Amino acid sequence: MKGSRLGPTIVILVAAAYFLLPLMATFEFSLSMIRGVWSFEAYRVVFADPEFRHTFTFSVVAAVAAILLGALLVVPTAYWVRLRFPRLRSVVEFITLLPLVIPPIVLVFGYIRMYNSSSLVPLTATAGGTNVLLVLGYVTLSLPYMYRAVDTGMGAIDIRTLTEAGESLGASRGRILATVILPNVRAAVLSGAFLTFAIVIGEFVLASLLNRPAFGPYLALIGTNRAYEPSALAMIAFAVTWACMVLMQSLGARPAHKARQRR
Amino acid sequence: MSAADDAGAAVTVRGPARWQGARLSWGWLGTVPFFAFAILFLIAPTAYLVVGAFQDATGAFTLDNLAGLFSPDIVAAYRISIEVSVASAGLGAVIGFFLAYAIVHGGLPGWIRPTIVTFSGVASNFAGIPLAFAFLATLGRLGLVTLFLRDTFGINIYRMGFNVVSFWGLTVTYMYFQIPLMVLIIVPALDGLKREWREAALILGATKRQYWTNVALPVLLPSLLGCFLLLFANAFGAVATAYALTGSSLNIVPILLYAQIRGDVLYNPNLGYALAFGMILITGCSNLLYIVLRMRAERWQR
Repeated sequence: MKGSRLGPTIVILVAAAYFLLPLMATFEFSLSMIRGVWSFEAYRVVFADPEFRHTFTFSVVAAVAAILLGALLVVPTAYWVRLRFPRLRSVVEFITLLPLVIPPIVLVFGYIRMYNSSSLVPLTATAGGTNVLLVLGYVTLSLPYMYRAVDTGMGAIDIRTLTEAGESLGASRGRILATVILPNVRAAVLSGAFLTFAIVIGEFVLASLLNRPAFGPYLALIGTNRAYEPSALAMIAFAVTWACMVLMQSLGARPAHKARQRR
Repeated sequence: MSAADDAGAAVTVRGPARWQGARLSWGWLGTVPFFAFAILFLIAPTAYLVVGAFQDATGAFTLDNLAGLFSPDIVAAYRISIEVSVASAGLGAVIGFFLAYAIVHGGLPGWIRPTIVTFSGVASNFAGIPLAFAFLATLGRLGLVTLFLRDTFGINIYRMGFNVVSFWGLTVTYMYFQIPLMVLIIVPALDGLKREWREAALILGATKRQYWTNVALPVLLPSLLGCFLLLFANAFGAVATAYALTGSSLNIVPILLYAQIRGDVLYNPNLGYALAFGMILITGCSNLLYIVLRMRAERWQR
């Protein structure tokens, strides 16, 4: 048994080298803006850049809007379909997986053609309308992750019994959804939310082709004009992704455990 | 009918009977927002492009756009795209499989598996422009690894023909999110590979090799092929990494389509639709195959 561990150990070490070297290289590069010494100068320059603050804030707001809208769309649908139309579940699931099949660049191409200024719904005619379209596009991109997380969460609780209990206490549908179902799938919604945040925050294709001042296009611009700042930005982006994933996993694991204890 | 529903909304203990009655009433309204959203922002925009691919500038039916896809430039773009996707998906699948096998069946310390699975979750989402920056800092002309190899071993990878802004550069970069994605989706399949099967095979006198060729690989094959297809589609649709890494020096389909949307570089909007249609066709087919293979694979995971 001991001898057979050599192979797996080598695999892990090689993989660790491949995955950690780019992070180390990027970090080292981001620290070497001032010749001869290691400093956080590149980070200072990035944080002092008003464009960084504007675009990052824009993307955070877009991500939060997409998360709220996505949850508003997905939670009632997943609940309603499970409760009343179980036969529709595979159809809904198939639709939610489509954004993984249709590349984002194709999707945004369709948006630009369908909602341009000479169409029936000229969303791209105004900045506000384009922002709405961008957020709706992000909702679409996050649909596979959001729906899967929420639907799995709904599968883990007995929504039928909870609904009947709520109804026999005289609660309306909306009230049951908001005060009984939602708290029970909160962990699932949050885990979908963090994944959405990680995807949206640095998203480039939609934001760039819709001409919005988001973080992704800012990254691309800095990448072509500067030397050290891109590395600092890459480290920041990695930290954001890492934080989102860790929060997602810790939230995903804990409440299920708690719920079991309470029962 | 709405009167019946209102009556049902009042307090009643006969739940199931009421659900039956309500099925005929306005319950379907609850699914309208979702389907409306899906049609407006997912299906209609895609259908618009697909229909446009079969129309000429006046809106009449034509196959000229699809024929236009076979011009040398576009064929070359599809070819490079498919090559990069196949290479990064193939290598990603093989390496990801070995990595997943090592953490599931390798008998390594317990903390390794959760660490690698968490890191895979991060790395599979660490795509786009920051990933391109990271690889420029690693394997670019002044990258850490490039300089290390040159100064320590005297190996100049750029003089040997490597360039991060090239086919292999892009493939190596894509593998940074392909391998972790492979790990995440193949680990459940490897968990389904039961220890008892291996023991049974060994007791019956099978060699290790026979166990792999006659038991483990046939069980895993649909999963492996399915994962390969998923990785392929994943790489094929990616734009941001390639855009930030290579600018427009590597002519792949998503970059070409990006330039077309920006400035109609093909001088024919409908040819742009055909380009998008071709992308949907390729990712659609590989996903369809993936679903079929996945259904076969799941028979063993119960």
